[in-house]
Amino acid sequence: MPLVVKLRSVVCLLGRFPALAGIDLDVAPGELVLLSGPNGAGKTTVLRLIAGLVPPRSGHAEVFGHDLYEDRISARRRLALVGHETFCYDELTVRENLRFIARAADVSGDVRRVVDDVVATTGLGEVAGVLHARLSAGQRRRLALGAALVRDPELYLLDEPHAGLDADGRAVLNNVLAGARSRGRTIVMASHELELAREIASREVRIEAGMASEVPQQQPVTEAIR
Amino acid sequence: MSVWGEARMVAAKDLRIELRSRVALAQILPFGLIVILLFAFALDPDRGLLPRVAPGLFWVAVLLAALLALGRSFSIEQQWNARDGLRIAGLDGGAIFLGKAAAIATELFVLEVVLGAGVVLLYDVSVHGLGILLLSAVAATIGLAATGTLYGVLAAGLRLRETLLPLLLLPVVAPVMLGATRAFEDGLQGSPGDAWPWIALLAIFAVLYTAIGVLAFGSLWEEA
Repeated sequence: MPLVVKLRSVVCLLGRFPALAGIDLDVAPGELVLLSGPNGAGKTTVLRLIAGLVPPRSGHAEVFGHDLYEDRISARRRLALVGHETFCYDELTVRENLRFIARAADVSGDVRRVVDDVVATTGLGEVAGVLHARLSAGQRRRLALGAALVRDPELYLLDEPHAGLDADGRAVLNNVLAGARSRGRTIVMASHELELAREIASREVRIEAGMASEVPQQQPVTEAIR
Repeated sequence: MSVWGEARMVAAKDLRIELRSRVALAQILPFGLIVILLFAFALDPDRGLLPRVAPGLFWVAVLLAALLALGRSFSIEQQWNARDGLRIAGLDGGAIFLGKAAAIATELFVLEVVLGAGVVLLYDVSVHGLGILLLSAVAATIGLAATGTLYGVLAAGLRLRETLLPLLLLPVVAPVMLGATRAFEDGLQGSPGDAWPWIALLAIFAVLYTAIGVLAFGSLWEEA
């Protein structure tokens, strides 16, 4: 089966700084790959590279078979990124933001129903009519997750999805991820919450100094960090 | 979804945000009125001069207010990094350009109606040739919105965008200022025949920059 993500010796620069220094990464369909590593190691850059938001400087980079040098836009249509920010508008309500994202992504079917389902799944029912500007940090994290879920793409890219979520929010996140995996979606997730993330990850890749290395599955997390 | 459908969606989103935030109504519109008022104070000793220079003062006020509207149009995309959301959604760059330009043009039309009323009242201007005025206003507004959206995205990714945008844009829109002012003068003086070459200039400018915007905006948006 063709790989969802295929990176070979990819170098990415942020300004003059090499954020990724020749990274190799393969992600197969249906996998949940955990990216671990210290702050500033390049985890977010890997996710943004796969999302086509950071251009590769050299090396070979493919997502769904689309070369990221040539055709980032086709790759993007098949993925969603849950980042540190919601990608939403302060002056629109939760429901309006989700509806806009659904329409922009050309979601098939009844957009209202899709949005209502996502609002229910992410537990945002009580604030569905509230402006984004008035949401709490935790509610914004849920909305960011909902913004990805409303498109239900083939590939989910999650950057620290547990951050800022309370116990209920984490339960919602786990449900969303379990649902996505049951539908055969591929997930690449960067997280510092290793114990939580390892419970659901199919494998772990450690990013350090812009390079990737596979963490053996049996190895305890604390040992891998050392 | 078609390019037109996507453009409509982006325009509706931008206009809804402006209606909710009331930045256009509560800040940009009063700013334009204050500029008109200040010109009236500055030139008050010679009341006869005001009606003669009214077209130029009107378009300078519109241009200054347009700079604020343009800055606002791109700043809403910076907040919470909504720009990346649009990029990931895979919207067509040309559609985003058309949508944003249409929203800005709509705001400018409203602004021009209010400022136009202000000019008539404060500058003692008699309105003739309303058709010519409307036609030249439409062509000039589309030209301003298209050029502004194109240069707005050029400046969007830069730290100094607030100061850089006027510096980039003002020289480029000089033909719009010239054409719109002359067409308004001819319209107000009751010689509409003289206005047609200027309206043609405005129309060519609007079409040219709209075409360039549709073609180039996508790449600029990616790099911003």
